[in-house]
Amino acid sequence: MNTVMGLIDELRAEVKKRRIENPQELQPILSEKLIALLRGDEDAGLKYADTGITVFLFVGVNGVGKTTTIGKLAHRLKSEGKKVMLAAGDTFRAGAIEQLEQWGQRVGVDVIKQESGSDPAAVMYDAIHAAKSRGVDVLLCDTAGRLQNKTNLMEELNKIYRVIRREIPDAPHEALLVLDATMGQNALQQAKLFGDKTGLSGLVLTKLDSTAKGGIVIAIRQELDLPVKFVGLGEKMDDLQPFDSEQFVGALFTKWAAENEAE
Amino acid sequence: MPFESLASRLQNVFGKLRSKGKLSEDDVNDALREVRLALLEADVNFKVVKDFIAKIRERAVGQEVMKSFTPGMVVVDIVNKELTALMGGTQSKLARSNRPPTVIMMAGLQGAGKTTSTGKLAKLLIKENHRPLLVAADIYRPAAIKQLQVLGEQVQAPVFSLGDQVSPVEIAKQGLEHAKEHGNDYVIIDTAGRLNIDEALMEELKSIRAEVKPDEILLVIDSMAGQEAVNVAQSFHEQLELTGVILTKLDSDTRGGAALSVKAVTGLPIKYAMTGEKLDAMEPFHPDRMASRILGMGDMLSLIEKAQESIDAEKAKEMERKMRTAEFTFEDFLEQMEQVKKLGPIDQILGMLPGAGKMKGLQNVKVDEKQIDRVQAIVRSMTKQEKQKPEIINASRRQRIAKGSGTTVADVNRLLKQFEEMRKMMKQLSSMMGPKGMKNLKSLKGKMGRRFPF
Repeated sequence: MNTVMGLIDELRAEVKKRRIENPQELQPILSEKLIALLRGDEDAGLKYADTGITVFLFVGVNGVGKTTTIGKLAHRLKSEGKKVMLAAGDTFRAGAIEQLEQWGQRVGVDVIKQESGSDPAAVMYDAIHAAKSRGVDVLLCDTAGRLQNKTNLMEELNKIYRVIRREIPDAPHEALLVLDATMGQNALQQAKLFGDKTGLSGLVLTKLDSTAKGGIVIAIRQELDLPVKFVGLGEKMDDLQPFDSEQFVGALFTKWAAENEAE
Repeated sequence: MPFESLASRLQNVFGKLRSKGKLSEDDVNDALREVRLALLEADVNFKVVKDFIAKIRERAVGQEVMKSFTPGMVVVDIVNKELTALMGGTQSKLARSNRPPTVIMMAGLQGAGKTTSTGKLAKLLIKENHRPLLVAADIYRPAAIKQLQVLGEQVQAPVFSLGDQVSPVEIAKQGLEHAKEHGNDYVIIDTAGRLNIDEALMEELKSIRAEVKPDEILLVIDSMAGQEAVNVAQSFHEQLELTGVILTKLDSDTRGGAALSVKAVTGLPIKYAMTGEKLDAMEPFHPDRMASRILGMGDMLSLIEKAQESIDAEKAKEMERKMRTAEFTFEDFLEQMEQVKKLGPIDQILGMLPGAGKMKGLQNVKVDEKQIDRVQAIVRSMTKQEKQKPEIINASRRQRIAKGSGTTVADVNRLLKQFEEMRKMMKQLSSMMGPKGMKNLKSLKGKMGRRFPF
């Protein structure tokens, strides 16, 4: 809500400055503003360790597509020539470990796992040590989906984060919150609370191939300064792309236009 | 609690109304404006909000309210009724075919919670002495079949699978045959998540529907979804003729407005709501009860049902007698805690109590279930004699108990003190029931504000 108010104020000022009279001229200005907002100043690429293992941690609520994103990112990194390993940190949901294993097979990377129901922080510990001894470049850590208002589960996540930090002081090099594009206002709350526990560094926006627009990332960028790093556009291995703010804003408007026409 | 932030905003609005002896039209209008904002911020569909407010205004500005002695209450009552109607009026039960098996098909976007819902629904049906068969028709997502198999094992329901190389239509068809042969009276078909605009996959669902003729096609919706949820539901409904909705992740801090709009926009009843990660955390959806929970009027009916389900009546009677006569010992205390734990997560139970949302300090209470375990550990580390006569627990005994339970002496002390206070309170309560009656109520009030004994 605040973001929208701020934008409208800015837009109003711009209208005065440029003496715009035709409402249609507004759209390009709004796009411009949105793109600038989403792009921010920094580069949205992934941050890697200077030397040794790079660790990426994936967090989010249930069913947003964490495991699928990891599978796709593993494929992407591997095709860039990196040695990748996956850590099956979702020890809670039925079939989650198997799901990650299948992705591992599909992509052709190792998966470190323990029994279902075991301590996820212990899995991370194991995975980091295995990654060290096998000379892995990038370790992708899966976690179980959890609702941000479940205190105990969020503490568990914090423990995972602490264990990773203890083993590799500047890790995780990226802590990515996976968000579902169909998510509403609640996504902002998720970004805040997950950020408290794991020091988020960016977002992955999934299911953008749906009719949803995922406009909430604008608010998150504005209020919490978290950039979108990747977008998920389908269920195949190649359906993960770096975020392109121009394309995103463009799609935002075409989807709007399509809706208006329909109405 | 479901719809938490929406609930607290609405309760604030009506709190102001209640305190007024007379209501002018302006008062009602002010309140309605606030209600409107609250609903919009909760992602409720714009058109739905407009209709909703119009209906309330029509009734609230009428004669009956102005003439009433408690106009505020009348307005709340009207809102309660309209909110109930908005969510579907009465509870909508699961269909039951005259010629079993009853076939239920699950559908929805990716990650809404179809497979988990399938497992939970099976558990609920088994509890009602049905024999459901789960059919694994999600051949696309890695390990989806495995997930259903694990869930099936946990709830002890058979799972039918043909691997991930056979078409879902064929799986559904053979699954139904299998159920007929094996005398299963319910068949739940778990399908792969799909986008409503994915024509090929939607076609697949249509073929399954044509093949097995489901009695129920349930759309699984994530209650954290935004405005988009309504569009998705409508699109699924147009293509598949759904029969109902399951709301998942209602235990999140979502305002759940989209969920509120789905019924109004599509006309589909909400059949179940998921309220937790555990497999028994699924409730039939009662619009009336949910409305009164949102308005802070509590949901005693659900609480009583839960209690009846999980508390042993004989034991409860005995406990009540002990409380009255203040014979209550640590052994009883332990037993009571077991029973309370069976009811489910404590913060959810609190949400069902009328006015609990407004009680000071309870609002943000995060009950730590582990704390209960710790208290249980302390009590279990006592000898039989100590449990019956806590007076004998001296310093060295305290030290032993602390060591035995992995806690500190301070923890043990605190528990002993709280237990003593609880006993005192019980004595007062029981004397209150007696002839001297209300006199003691005042002295009690001061004590009620304290923390729970655990």
